[in-house]
Amino acid sequence: MDPARFTRVDDTTWRIEPYGAMRVPAIIYADEDLIRNMDDKVYEQATNVAMLPGIVQASYAMPDAHWGYGFPIGGVAAFDPDNGGVVSAGGVGFDISCGVRTMLTGLTVSDVLPVQKSLADSLFRQIPAGVGSKGAITLDAFDMDAMLAGGACWALEHGWGDARDLERIEEQGRMVGAKPDCVSERAKERQRREMGTLGSGNHYLEIQAVAEIFDAKVAQVFGLRQDDIVVAIHCGSRGLGHQIGTEFLKEMVVAAEASGIALPDRELACAPINSEVGQRYLGAMRAAINCALANREILGHYARRIFGHFFPDHDLRLLFDVSHNTCKVEPHVVAGKRRDLFVHRKGATRAFGPGHESLPEALRAVGQPVLIGGSMGTGSHILVGEATGEQKAFSSACHGAGRALSRHAALKQWSGRKIMDDLAARGILIRSPSTRGVAEEAPGAYKDVDAVVIAAEHAGLARRVARLRPLICIKG
Amino acid sequence: MSHSAATVASNRRWEHFPHDADVGVRGFGATPAEAFEQAAQALTAVVTHAEIAAKVLVDVRCVAPDVELLFVEWLNAIIYEMAVRGMLFSRFVVRIEGTQLEGTLWGEPVDVSRHSPACEPKGATYTALKVAPDANGVWSAACIVDV
Repeated sequence: MDPARFTRVDDTTWRIEPYGAMRVPAIIYADEDLIRNMDDKVYEQATNVAMLPGIVQASYAMPDAHWGYGFPIGGVAAFDPDNGGVVSAGGVGFDISCGVRTMLTGLTVSDVLPVQKSLADSLFRQIPAGVGSKGAITLDAFDMDAMLAGGACWALEHGWGDARDLERIEEQGRMVGAKPDCVSERAKERQRREMGTLGSGNHYLEIQAVAEIFDAKVAQVFGLRQDDIVVAIHCGSRGLGHQIGTEFLKEMVVAAEASGIALPDRELACAPINSEVGQRYLGAMRAAINCALANREILGHYARRIFGHFFPDHDLRLLFDVSHNTCKVEPHVVAGKRRDLFVHRKGATRAFGPGHESLPEALRAVGQPVLIGGSMGTGSHILVGEATGEQKAFSSACHGAGRALSRHAALKQWSGRKIMDDLAARGILIRSPSTRGVAEEAPGAYKDVDAVVIAAEHAGLARRVARLRPLICIKG
Repeated sequence: MSHSAATVASNRRWEHFPHDADVGVRGFGATPAEAFEQAAQALTAVVTHAEIAAKVLVDVRCVAPDVELLFVEWLNAIIYEMAVRGMLFSRFVVRIEGTQLEGTLWGEPVDVSRHSPACEPKGATYTALKVAPDANGVWSAACIVDV
């Protein structure tokens, strides 16, 4: 994008003043290079979101923003139910509550290197990943509804998880307000055999090493030391979330028109929060959040089981579990007044600063861990929420590196086999059922994750704590 | 994937087109139904380039208020059958009457070692959604698929 199209507020704040049907400005947080390399579609989509009824303050885009559908990926927008505000199925997306969890192992690089290959093979054999993989769990109708209502708490009750995890998961592992009866039979059918599966695309399970510490005090609170080994899991609500997104997108195109909402893009399909469709979607979407929380808890349990085999004296402790594609009711102070807003984050992470009431006591003094997935070759980051993020973007930050090249372009440029060999030569073991899938997720297809997190830090959204480098990556 | 990988028979062919995070599918044909069938081939090629045997038949029905929304419904019906049956499809026949579509899919269960599936389509979107004829009367049907 041409930076001249924006009002430049400071080095990392780019503002589009309201024009046409925009109700609020659009604000993108990024440095100038990231802005120049962003697709013009981000400008168009952030502008379209600013046209939706009841939007509060601004339509935001994070430093990793890229062309999405309806909302940009990396889009954040809050809506006021008392001012005609809407909930948008397109604003949440198909992979509802897709997110990342990071688990501490108490191990160091020197513990893992001697067993790196056998650990990689074991994880690949035992973690169901990719199209055609089969999970070990089949849910009947009763268990399906219990899972949709109970989230990670349900997983725990079935022996998949650790009770200490719950306070380290958003919503303490269970999203309140989930309504399993708002979820269609087709969505439930799509999920029946998918619990405890990783999925495909950009989803992964990685074994990572702490490569650099930026904030020693916060790193100590998080339990991160140089060369420590952590497990990171990136996945979501699987087929159930995809089907809910598909069905409500269709229904909300009609609902928006019936409510007199002129959609600038059909993918922004939405309904008033205070409407029958809006409430039904919220019930179903919250059930999908529980599905994602349960799924990551089960995958975490599988990782614990495999690590227990290799390192019987070590225990995996959850650092935190964040979700990227959600709409959540949160109190925020707008114009000096505390209001309950429906905050949509589409490819963006909630990033509460120090002192936030929802954080567990052990983390409250420093702020929420913000887990940023990078690429197979470049690594990931752990940030901490900043107090300034509340006023900047309703306490939100980036969620990953963001793609720089399409899958189409990546396939033309790279061979999956060669990427796996090159990474192996650098000590990074990739395991995947598809070399083409690896090529589509090539490290070079992603933006520079370091530049993205530095921009988030300069913008006051979240601050860097540690950089992680991958040792093993299981890709679906 | 490029034009060179597409099958060409009369106006029947398909292609992928780029999107930052996901992938665009586009089918061409002498009629909307043909373009829908070809776009379904493009959808399968998002998952695999391997040969898929047309062993098992599945019927689907879709209804939508207009031809573009019907196209999204068609792709979503295939995605649903792929997911719940654990199948990949290689042959498609579409009949459209007004706002209703009847489709037949032929395929086989996913064989991970043989098909090496690259990724899993989550849903067809309304982004870059277009079903229309060009100046020569060749129909195209396209949208972005979330993967």
